[in-house]
Amino acid sequence: MSTYRQLPALIAGRAIKRQSIPNLSVEEFQQAVLESVEAGCRVVALFGSPDAGGTLHLYVVLADDSESRLYVGSATLNDREYPSLTPRCTQVHLFERELAEQCQVKVTGHPWLKPVRFQPPMFLRRQSGADADAGVSPLPGVMDFYAVSGQEVHEVAVGPVHAGVIEPGHFRFQCHGERVFHLEISLGYQHRGVERALLKGPDKRSIHYAQTLCGDTTIGHTTAYCQVIEGLARCQKTARAQTIRAIALELERLANHVGDLGALSGDVGFLSTASHCGRLRGEFLNMTATLCGSRFGRGLICPGGVHFDLDAAAVESLLARLDICGRQTRQAIKLLWNSSSVMARFEEIGVVSTAVAVELGLVGPAARACGLARDARHDHPSGLFRFMHIPVSVWDSGDVFARAYIRWLEIQRSLDFIQTQLRSLPAGAINSAVGNLAPDHLAVAMVEGWRGEVCHVALTDTSGRFERYKVTDPSFHNWAGLAMAVRQAEISDFPLCNKSFSLSYCGHDL
Amino acid sequence: MLDILIVRLQQGHKTIAYPNGEPPPLPPHFRGLPVLDPSKCPQGCQACADSCPTQAIALRQTPLVDVGKCLFCTQCQQACPQGAITYQADYKMAVRRREDMLVPLGEKLALAHELDGKIRKLLGRSLKLRVVSAGGCNACEADVNVLTTIGWDLGRFGIDYVASPRHADGLIITGAVSENMKLALKKTYDAVPDPKIVIAVGACAISGGPYIDHPEVLNGASAVVPVDLFIPGCPPHPLTILDGLLRLLGKLKPAGAAAE
Repeated sequence: MSTYRQLPALIAGRAIKRQSIPNLSVEEFQQAVLESVEAGCRVVALFGSPDAGGTLHLYVVLADDSESRLYVGSATLNDREYPSLTPRCTQVHLFERELAEQCQVKVTGHPWLKPVRFQPPMFLRRQSGADADAGVSPLPGVMDFYAVSGQEVHEVAVGPVHAGVIEPGHFRFQCHGERVFHLEISLGYQHRGVERALLKGPDKRSIHYAQTLCGDTTIGHTTAYCQVIEGLARCQKTARAQTIRAIALELERLANHVGDLGALSGDVGFLSTASHCGRLRGEFLNMTATLCGSRFGRGLICPGGVHFDLDAAAVESLLARLDICGRQTRQAIKLLWNSSSVMARFEEIGVVSTAVAVELGLVGPAARACGLARDARHDHPSGLFRFMHIPVSVWDSGDVFARAYIRWLEIQRSLDFIQTQLRSLPAGAINSAVGNLAPDHLAVAMVEGWRGEVCHVALTDTSGRFERYKVTDPSFHNWAGLAMAVRQAEISDFPLCNKSFSLSYCGHDL
Repeated sequence: MLDILIVRLQQGHKTIAYPNGEPPPLPPHFRGLPVLDPSKCPQGCQACADSCPTQAIALRQTPLVDVGKCLFCTQCQQACPQGAITYQADYKMAVRRREDMLVPLGEKLALAHELDGKIRKLLGRSLKLRVVSAGGCNACEADVNVLTTIGWDLGRFGIDYVASPRHADGLIITGAVSENMKLALKKTYDAVPDPKIVIAVGACAISGGPYIDHPEVLNGASAVVPVDLFIPGCPPHPLTILDGLLRLLGKLKPAGAAAE
């Protein structure tokens, strides 16, 4: 019996008592992480949280995808020194950097200990003197980048303000001619203090953080936030509310996948599909607006259910538009697979091997494009996905083509799913009452957003307020995948590779 | 090749007729300017103001709504026991001055007027903008971007987004302006040749939005650069953004003027 299997287990969307989480020693804690990852589990969240007395506790959530279980471990970090696990378990590399930055933990032996968001510490150590100026964050992007030296090796620096209408990030390439030896990505420019502001919540602003911490995944993150609240309040949602949420989630996936395929076409100069998909993306956003008035689903999802009901006229209108737009989307995207000039630019570009994807713990379409059948809708189902299943789309070549083709497969599945659900919308209320949040509990939500797994973890204090709220956007796992994809590629392929991942800056930076 | 032409024909012509024709219909639950009916207000009731996540409602002698702070989120509407709050189904909300966003009850928004003579002469027929996301959530960015798709075809108005600030006549800024983007935003602004304009899109860029008063942000673009046009929303509808841009360039006359 391995250590991690003795940890308390829960399923997505549920809460457990904090007392049931054993307080391990740091060695046992790390052993549990290592054993679980060796057994095929993934680290979906790892974070620090100080108690009222200022003692720091570590928490880890491990996902066993094959058994749909989440294991929770905890340890007390007495002296704020922590030996890095990264050399033995790559998946935790960014979590440990985050831990060092947010909680002023001295992480020793980390091969890559650099700032994640260039943010001031969230939890200051209660010490004066030597640490008095520790609250000052370094300037964004100012750090030692990995450098390659040698004749004809050159460095290319891009960002934070870079091409097109795009969020800010800094990219540092080490190149030999056109060939990329190494890419280092430095983010944090979009840091707005979401996790810090969620402390002591929920309050009237909390749900707005969920809605805007990554605006193109409003439905995904707000659903996860509400599932955390509902798990803590033991709230039962109605079938109708769950169905409207699922429809909104798949509409969000449709809009973004269609938009990304259009952008990928644009990046290889195939303007036909780029134009059609750019417009069709807007049509799917307009369908979300039909649900709630906002093209991004703002205000639709609330704790207990949804705010807006769907009447028969809206269902009819959605079905009619899905029929037309679905057909036009299929026509526009099929052009890609039949154009040799497009395929030549998609195939064997930006390859991520299955082994690297496993090691980094990639999620979402980026993981499924490497042959990993990872999908929270299937592995950790919540809401309607416990009853209605969407087949998991997998492709195995790990290149730009695979990441594009996965989107095409998922577009078709989502179109079918939404149409089926709209035709059999359950009757009933759209909202249930939400009681007080259980004190001293831990709740985990897992939602498969369009980029991959959205994980929210909340710890409540003795009065049922958030003692800690941890958000893991899929981009947090996947940015390292992009850096690996461009290794040995031509630097001119970077925009294409970047778009094929289509990661979030704000979701990472919080 | 034949496939491409067939699909092109099947998709048809999709650019909207607006502003020469009708704008596309707004969604049924569209939320424009919030309006309060004080005749329904019980004595001393503060429910709407208390429920607002960004303190956009001030219940003075004449109630005041700050459209620059409003997230159009319905929290006030749900809090109101009397149903005194409604939202206008009007996309036109862009204004030129921050103070014009403080709308006393019953008054209309002072919608944006066009740029002054000389600068309009310079930029009116060709406006190149660099978009800078400074702590945005990618929703405003997405709906700024959507204007370049064939459905809206921003290029027909001579407006275009460019990659380099040196090629630009101005900036569109989204996001609450994070501390971490302050320097980059300032440098980008400085790189735009004079004369230049700045457009703040969304509640974040106007007031900080949901992030207002966070120490990590600067409560919007005005903290770093002078702003010439404010487009409220969270995020604004593409029509709201387009309407603002066209007003600024004086391209909505006379049809637009007659419609008001």
